[in-house]
Amino acid sequence: MIASGTTLDSYVPLLGNEVDELRALARPLAGAEVLMVNSTAVGGGVAELLGRVVPLMRELDLRANWEVFAGGKDFFEVTKAFHNALHGGPYHGGPEAFEIFRSYSQMNLPRLRLDREFVVIHDPQPVAMIEGRPPESGHWIWRCHIDLSHPNPAVWEFLEPWVVRYDAAIFSSPSFARQLPCPQYLFYPSIDPLADKNRTLEPAFVRTVLERHGIDPSRTLLVQISRFDRLKDPVGVVRAYRIVKRYFDCQLVLAGGTADDDPEGAAVLEETREAAAGDPDIHLLELPPDSPLEINALQTAATIVIQKSLREGFGLTVAEALWKKKPVVASAAGGIPAQVVHKHTGLLAHSVEGTAYQIRYLLAHPQLAARLGAQGHEHVREQFLITSNVKRYLSLFLHLRGEP
Amino acid sequence: MKTAEEPFGFVAASYLTRINNQQASSLGELRAGLDQASDASIFYHTFQSLGRHHFLVESFSNDFAQWVLAALNRPILAEWLGGLDIRDYVSLAELRGDLRRLTTDYCDAHPAEAGVSAFEPFYFCETVEVALPLGWTARTLEEFRGCLLHLSHASFYYHFVASRLRLQLRTNDFSQWLSGSLGADDLARRVNRIDIYTNTLDSARQEMVGLIDREVERQ
Repeated sequence: MIASGTTLDSYVPLLGNEVDELRALARPLAGAEVLMVNSTAVGGGVAELLGRVVPLMRELDLRANWEVFAGGKDFFEVTKAFHNALHGGPYHGGPEAFEIFRSYSQMNLPRLRLDREFVVIHDPQPVAMIEGRPPESGHWIWRCHIDLSHPNPAVWEFLEPWVVRYDAAIFSSPSFARQLPCPQYLFYPSIDPLADKNRTLEPAFVRTVLERHGIDPSRTLLVQISRFDRLKDPVGVVRAYRIVKRYFDCQLVLAGGTADDDPEGAAVLEETREAAAGDPDIHLLELPPDSPLEINALQTAATIVIQKSLREGFGLTVAEALWKKKPVVASAAGGIPAQVVHKHTGLLAHSVEGTAYQIRYLLAHPQLAARLGAQGHEHVREQFLITSNVKRYLSLFLHLRGEP
Repeated sequence: MKTAEEPFGFVAASYLTRINNQQASSLGELRAGLDQASDASIFYHTFQSLGRHHFLVESFSNDFAQWVLAALNRPILAEWLGGLDIRDYVSLAELRGDLRRLTTDYCDAHPAEAGVSAFEPFYFCETVEVALPLGWTARTLEEFRGCLLHLSHASFYYHFVASRLRLQLRTNDFSQWLSGSLGADDLARRVNRIDIYTNTLDSARQEMVGLIDREVERQ
């Protein structure tokens, strides 16, 4: 499957001749067959990423394809439990769960043509596809998008025998990696600067979105974009806002996905509502799942963007805000410190009080806030854009081939 | 305008980060890690960090100094390590030796601090450099200037910073060509004196273009 998209030339106004350099790196790889395999065609960051990376690789003359591992409800229940356990959570599955995983892997093997020069398997769900590696075949790479630093041993010990058979593994942060016999590489997740969530918006559109939600565009606006989840600490954000409000007039927006199908999300939204206590300057927005322009408008309008997560994967909402040159105050959790270099591309905090203090500091020093935003934009331009991601893949393919 | 017999060939450069199976959680472990780390790892945390965070001219330019300050709150050692200038080195062995000596001196003077646990570990990584001809060449200063203006940060870094180690000389690709192929010795010297610590890669490039413009006017 393949998603359509913007051409490489569309990135030239943003990246200049770096696009020429991408073409130069791709030249020796022209005609190389690449297969990307993940477990979902739509929804989630990996599908979004592959929907852009694969067309860009094709435009660079690689014969890139994207296949989706076929799983049933029972398979995805097993892998959801694996996912939580690999993040360090408890695991209560038994041998039957492992058997379901094995049987779906066997079922998928004949479905996929695996004799490609580069095969990139994304995340644990299709990891056992390495069983189908033809003899004398190309290079097999496991791209792990999750934090494996403290996995539940029951699940990790089940998956590890497949992982160690790969030629290379890719992680999103050195702290997410494990001790493995194969070389491990660092690929940051990325955002697409031309996607609706990140492209430059007309000021009139931004104003319309704010007015639709009753937000005053002329007053200071603090924004956190994330689902209503305790690990994103929305109640902590409200408490930090209240401290800031003693010193600065401001409004707060907490915007996240709808909580209809998530009982815990609904409870957290209710707790946040209670914490907001009817304050008319606190706006809790339940956005439909696919609202990229709305999110973009809120980030664009923000005076300061907050990401006060207690735990985080990579936290790409931070990169989205930095790309918009916004000063960011965020927790030092997960992949956030890779994006927010403290005092250089934003400010890190470790508590409600610290978050409030850093927000106050930036509101009192708008020139510093502007400089952090500008440096943050540059940091994202170099490290966290989709084109950087493609460049890393090309470089890895060349390296695995033994080219200079 | 002088034309060089040997053209300058620009490259497309890319730097992959390889995560090593090695970490340090204290100064003592950092000292041990400095002994065991590969040359590519010393390069990554010193030379390459300068390219990665080139726009942050106020921060420490190497990862060791940054970690010692941020994760261990040891500003004196951070300043010592951050004070090392990669232009003073023609080999990674020398640079590794000085990093280790400074860390050892500090641990000897503050033995109780060697085992203190850091807020977060130091993850040793290393650089994998991939460089291919970009297809751009220059034989005159004007052609050189034109290409320079359009070079990406990674490729500018490759020629101007990383080349020092490749050449095993206290110079860079640009200065070597300006002097060796164009006979512009004075310009080559001035280019080599551009401070890569107090400049961003963009401002270093602008300074270089200014020097070239003055040289063209002089000719």
